[in-house]
Amino acid sequence: MSSTAPTSPQPSPAPERGGVPTALSDVTASDSALRRFLHGLPGVDAVGLEARAASLGTRSIKTTAKAYAIDLAISMVDLTTLEGADTPGKVRALGAKAVRPDPSDRTAPATAAVCVYPDMVAAAKEAVAGSTVKVASVATAFPAGRAPLPVKLADVREAVAAGADEIDMVIDRGAFLAGNYRKVFDEITAVKEACGASARLKVIFETGELSTYDNIRRASWLGMLAGADFIKTSTGKVAVNATPANTLLMLEAVRDFRAQTGVQVGVKPAGGIRTTKDAVKFLVLVNETVGEDWLDNHWFRFGASSLLNDLLMQRQKLATGRYSGPDYVTVD
Amino acid sequence: MSEKTDKNAKTGAAGKAADAGTADGAGQRRLSVLKTYKLYVGGKFPRSESGRVYEVTDSKGHWLANAPLSSRKDARDAVVAARKAFGGWAGATAYNRGQVLYRVAEMLEGRREQFAAEVADAEGLSRQEAAAQVDAAVDRWVWYAGWTDKIAQIVGGGNPVAGPFFNLSSPEPTGVVAVLAPRESSFLGLVSVLAPVIATGNTAVVIASEKAPLPALSLGEVLATSDVPGGVVNVLSGRTAEIAAPLAAHQDVNAIDLAGADEALAKELEIAAADNLKRVLRPQPVDDWAATPGTDRMTAFLETKTVWHPTGSLGASGSAY
Repeated sequence: MSSTAPTSPQPSPAPERGGVPTALSDVTASDSALRRFLHGLPGVDAVGLEARAASLGTRSIKTTAKAYAIDLAISMVDLTTLEGADTPGKVRALGAKAVRPDPSDRTAPATAAVCVYPDMVAAAKEAVAGSTVKVASVATAFPAGRAPLPVKLADVREAVAAGADEIDMVIDRGAFLAGNYRKVFDEITAVKEACGASARLKVIFETGELSTYDNIRRASWLGMLAGADFIKTSTGKVAVNATPANTLLMLEAVRDFRAQTGVQVGVKPAGGIRTTKDAVKFLVLVNETVGEDWLDNHWFRFGASSLLNDLLMQRQKLATGRYSGPDYVTVD
Repeated sequence: MSEKTDKNAKTGAAGKAADAGTADGAGQRRLSVLKTYKLYVGGKFPRSESGRVYEVTDSKGHWLANAPLSSRKDARDAVVAARKAFGGWAGATAYNRGQVLYRVAEMLEGRREQFAAEVADAEGLSRQEAAAQVDAAVDRWVWYAGWTDKIAQIVGGGNPVAGPFFNLSSPEPTGVVAVLAPRESSFLGLVSVLAPVIATGNTAVVIASEKAPLPALSLGEVLATSDVPGGVVNVLSGRTAEIAAPLAAHQDVNAIDLAGADEALAKELEIAAADNLKRVLRPQPVDDWAATPGTDRMTAFLETKTVWHPTGSLGASGSAY
């Protein structure tokens, strides 16, 4: 065994303040130190994790609490269109919807952001001009991430130059699964640098491709150590996307990370969240795991497209007492 | 014990089988196998979301079975299922819908005994009268199966217009139709209001007769095995007023048939339905459900689509053709 014991990720009683470098600088000093640290993280109790996520999903949220949850969820949506067939017109329509999700009810909050491909950032920026809605852009050869680093960085710089407020990068899953953690770490730090001071960085792990919960925990810590502002589950382009269990695991990671370093990192489940009921379950997870500090669209987001329509229909139901239907929301 | 046997006998074929098994058993009685009646929503047989049931009795007040007591959320789920099924069913060829409806008749024919027993219990009819009702219901399916690809010729057609246009009208299904099944005629009445709705390509959310829901719930089993796509027909049982109110107000229900509503309820539902301009078919007194129904119930839930097709300028002969 190595003489350096892995640093425990458990929350220490008196967390050191001052950010990653001082608290955990030694673990990122070398490839082997990083590996030791990540492999020294406690293993995930998969059965316990899923049972915990499932039991939190049974909470009944009704009436005023439900109304609050729906409005909060709407304000957390990253309204997303990531299709080969995206046109400037479609992005403009999406921007208009993000700014005013329910034209028939002006009390409905705006969404957090619109999320588009880098070449659509300018169109999106124009569409949400003058509102609180941010423009997020996927980058680094989304969704596969299979491109040389200079190409990925150019992708990021283009998006930032076009005015993106947030960059959603994908990690190199191939390198991660091959155990080449340092490469992934260096890529994230390089992208973080390319984002500059203006853009927040979301790091997508594509949890559906990481195969184990242990890997998701390691990826979460790796991303946070490398300077991610947000950790995000998925691209939405593979079979398994955000699940309550993997989101709960990532929430535990950001909680422990803040306890150790004092740095708060956001979480964004993406893909597969389609109904209000699902969204409320995620909000319960947030509240019960990391608390109210994260119940804000600066720290928690939903990557979704069809979710917003369901939230709006539920909102209309609460307001009018009548069940609404898809004829009363926009078709995207 | 004897009281319990009475009850079993009334649950129909299964109860009879249990009794028959006891005859040679010399005091050895089979354990009764009672049927759990469930809803039929989206091609599946769920219990009520609320977990509630209510007691269904025969015409003399003897307990028959417990039926699910649906809540408004069951109604909401049923509408979602019906909406999902609408595109496929409305898009199916009329000929194909006819085949499916005929298949329902075929399946029903094989279960006449069961339905005759259920109808006899539910409506207090003799076994013979009940069998006649079931036969009429089977024939009703066949009748509407024949209409699916003929209704367009009756209510659609080419229209004469004063201009260089070819002008056609064709009937299109309205969408999701909520159907309040007749209160008294638990099976023939139900089929008579349900078959015309789906024959033309609508999908239906049916509220079974509150007092006699068992034949309707059993019909779900027949529909599930007769090529009717899941969600085209959804059967709910429970308090009619409780389930009908959210359906009448539902923005995603396009029409409502109030056959099973009394006067006060019908008025209330019609007001609620006005909010999104639903088509409403008011309850009409029916003396004899077995009489030939005509096409009114089909045309009540059809929209007319009219297409103007330019034919180009008229030639010297007065025609572009």
